[in-house]
Amino acid sequence: MLDILLSSLGQLFTLSHLLFMVLGVLVGLVVGIIPGLGGIAGMSLLLPFLYGMEPSVALGMLMGLVAVIPTGDTFASVLLGIPGSSASQATVIDGFSLAKRGQAARALSSAFLCSMIGGVIGAVVLTGFILIARPLVLSFSSSELFMLTLLGLSMVAVLSGRDLFKGLAACGLGLLVGTIGMAPATGEFRMNFGLNYLYDGLPLVVVGLGIFAIPEIVDLLVKRGAIAGESTRLGKGWRQGIQDVGKNRGLVARCAAMGSLIGTIPGLAGSVVDWLTYGHAMQSAKDKSEFGKGDIRGVIAPESANNACACGAMVPTLLFGVPGSGSAAVFLGGMLLLGLQPGVGMIETHLDLTYTIIWSLALANILGAGLCLVLARPVANLTRVPFATLAPLITVLIMFAAFQATRASGDLIALGIVGVIGVLFNQAGWSRPAFLIGFVLAPGAESYFYQAVQFQGMGALLRPGVLVIGTLILAAMFIPMLRSLWSKRRQATSVGAASTARNEVPTLGVIDVALFAALLGIAVVAWIDVSDLTLLGGIMPRLAIAILAISCLMEIARCLIRRPQWQPQAIGLQGLWLAGFFALVGAILLLGFITAATLFSLVFLLAIARLKPWVAVVMSLGVTAFLMGMAEFLTLTYPRGLVDPLLFV
Amino acid sequence: MLTNKTATACLALGRLKKAVLLGGAIAGLGLTTAVQAQDVEVPGNIKWTIPFGVGGGTDVWARFFSPWFSESLPGEPTIMIDNVPGGGSINGANLFAVRAKADGSHWLGTSASTQYPVMLDDPRVRYDYSDWTPILATPTGGVVYVQPSLGETSDKALNALLKKPVQMAAQNPTGVELPVLIALDMLGADVQAVFGMRSRGEARLAFERGEADIGFQTTSAYLSNVEPLVEAGKAVPLFSLGVLNDEGKIVRDPAFPDLPTFNEIYRQVHGEAPTGNAFEAFRKFFASGYALQKLIMVPKDTPQALVDTYRQAARDFVHTQAFKEKAAAQLGPYTPVIGDTVKRHLDDAMSIDDATRDWLADWLQSEHGAKI
Repeated sequence: MLDILLSSLGQLFTLSHLLFMVLGVLVGLVVGIIPGLGGIAGMSLLLPFLYGMEPSVALGMLMGLVAVIPTGDTFASVLLGIPGSSASQATVIDGFSLAKRGQAARALSSAFLCSMIGGVIGAVVLTGFILIARPLVLSFSSSELFMLTLLGLSMVAVLSGRDLFKGLAACGLGLLVGTIGMAPATGEFRMNFGLNYLYDGLPLVVVGLGIFAIPEIVDLLVKRGAIAGESTRLGKGWRQGIQDVGKNRGLVARCAAMGSLIGTIPGLAGSVVDWLTYGHAMQSAKDKSEFGKGDIRGVIAPESANNACACGAMVPTLLFGVPGSGSAAVFLGGMLLLGLQPGVGMIETHLDLTYTIIWSLALANILGAGLCLVLARPVANLTRVPFATLAPLITVLIMFAAFQATRASGDLIALGIVGVIGVLFNQAGWSRPAFLIGFVLAPGAESYFYQAVQFQGMGALLRPGVLVIGTLILAAMFIPMLRSLWSKRRQATSVGAASTARNEVPTLGVIDVALFAALLGIAVVAWIDVSDLTLLGGIMPRLAIAILAISCLMEIARCLIRRPQWQPQAIGLQGLWLAGFFALVGAILLLGFITAATLFSLVFLLAIARLKPWVAVVMSLGVTAFLMGMAEFLTLTYPRGLVDPLLFV
Repeated sequence: MLTNKTATACLALGRLKKAVLLGGAIAGLGLTTAVQAQDVEVPGNIKWTIPFGVGGGTDVWARFFSPWFSESLPGEPTIMIDNVPGGGSINGANLFAVRAKADGSHWLGTSASTQYPVMLDDPRVRYDYSDWTPILATPTGGVVYVQPSLGETSDKALNALLKKPVQMAAQNPTGVELPVLIALDMLGADVQAVFGMRSRGEARLAFERGEADIGFQTTSAYLSNVEPLVEAGKAVPLFSLGVLNDEGKIVRDPAFPDLPTFNEIYRQVHGEAPTGNAFEAFRKFFASGYALQKLIMVPKDTPQALVDTYRQAARDFVHTQAFKEKAAAQLGPYTPVIGDTVKRHLDDAMSIDDATRDWLADWLQSEHGAKI
């Protein structure tokens, strides 16, 4: 045993191994930083080199890549509010809020240090755990997996706080959107309205970008100025971020441990872990008021977890050949190409390789996050640039990212539509994370529920794992409620009843009213669409519709019972920018992506950002060069339109 | 042109390695292909569309083949793999049907999930296999196995299987498990399929967890992940699907020479050879999904001389020892099928008469509640 550990350690520090691992790390950082590319693009860049390479060296290179993907995408999510991959969705919420307060460097340095620590903890846990992981992974049956998705969904209650019904309605809409596509139980297609694009359901990247990035862009364009609204000295922020991690040692350790263990469960991994740890950070915090507005713990928790989770995801990949995440799937492909079959053999005959993989992960995490830490300070200056200058570049970037999801023009249109929902939610203060959680967990919740019922029937309820997770869910739902009740009672005795009563008055605005109408309309349309489905195929969308409609009606009832406080909610300018977005999508489909993106940047930079003509021209040409370079490097395609085929072949 | 540079660089790397391995053999191959190169020009760049994601089975398969083709073809063209996932491979195949040029520079890699929707008349399909010419096909096999709780030997397990209802994890009613479900039904087993698995790997996990009583895996996954279970007494193999011989008959799988095929088991249970609409459906979906699981296709207007060159290149490398060694891990102990034989078998497999299709539609509806 010890000799195997030592020999893999020796392998780790050979020159060729280190060199190729650094190559993997660099590629991983580049594709991680560019939103929408993620691990899959990086892998496809490296896979052609693999064939014929020494397996341990090649695996080191792949590991370098896999390890740093959840690190690199933090740049986009903190600085620009763009969730680059599913691993950074929870980071966006508080990370970008911090950037808007001028604390981008702080958020970044915290995030990278956490990534590094999380990755190393993950690898350490994995070193011992991989030997005994098999029975544990097998003890998670469909019913436990279903309960875990429920636990993820229960975070909606934690996140939406006072506006519980609005949060639930948002979650219900997310669940409904998540059920578009094939019913796992029967193979029926649901709510595709005859559109080929909807047969596979909406891609996560598109929904993530639409719900988070577009509202932020619109918001910043309306407000003008730079991303960093308040100015502080950036250098100080960098050091403060490091100190923040030190202050929250316990949180980092807990989230990393949660990440690495949940990562080992095949089929859920990245999608739940972010929200679970975010919810955990929020629950364990004494003062929750800053969450969502820029609390550093909202960055620390998911970032500690997601790199650890990437380590954990190696367990099902190596032991069962069932990849735990998107990039693990590609890693699995790489293994097969090297002639390595995953399975028990990875422990019995290839244990040395397994350890090389695990420790490459740790080393790559240290290298990657270290490099990012150094970069954080200068790159954070991006938030000082007037936003109008950045806006066209960011818009092109998110369209580029969205289009890589399925390479269909539907991606861009869906991005716009989800963007509209995002803007409305943002303006009216409805929980956008609740929508995303619903969307991400809908497919898992449905298929695991269905499997649990079929495989285990009522017996599922008595499984110890189910009971444990069930208790956790109840705790997550009710402890905050009891706690607030307790504090309210204490307040009531000291200050008097008046203050609590004012707290509970619902707020209402133009957008709220419009949203109620629209959501109830959607519920009716969807109900009609799913009416001819079989029981099994239709139960999940019906449930989602019920959650959506009932929470809307409850909120309306609440407003009718207690006179709501009228709130002004602006939408005019936002609507104008959204219309501009759709016009841009139209231009892209008509002219071609490269042409339209270049012209759009040029016009926007000249007319709205009012840059010097030569600066605008250089920046627009930069957009062209970026898009063409990406197409060359990664054999990507764009909407071709009428003009692109003539200019760019 | 940086892609090309990287691709050639990697080929150079691979070439070095293989030159050592192959030695003189490759020189001989070079001569034979050089002769053909006179009458037809092989494009310098070949774009190989794979309608699946990076790292999936078909992607790995294509990446395994591309250096071999590149080296055996005159002029050593660069083969770029273009992944166009979506719609379970329908999207990529649709795009290829519209966009591919017939000058030999566009290839398509298909798999069972590209073939099945055509046979099931999926409304999304806008491609037609008769528009394409096959270059090469690789077969795979598959094994059905059960929990030892049903019986410790194959015979006992089979008897138990026919007596009580069992559960099996599968992806969806019209996926690659379709012929297996038909086969089990023909035997008389009462199988409740639990759909919604996202991969055959997940289905395997459900079996290992003890949730599913019966499991099915294709050859490579069976060898690496189920055989250890069999050795540990945690799974009992029942039968293999078999392989198709040149005459189109189902015979024992060379990967599992000791396991009876479905046909043999059927005869054992029912005392006669399988016939009828059900068997016709099984045979067709088995042939297009397993015997010819993965195919390299080019548009049918591609010059015949080029098609011949591609096929010859495949024949050249397929029979080398070096290929066989490497292929054993990737493809199992099966020899790729090349040229017109593929076309013949494929035409036969993918043409389904109305009676069979009607039976299938009824069966899917009544047994699995699925509409086609």
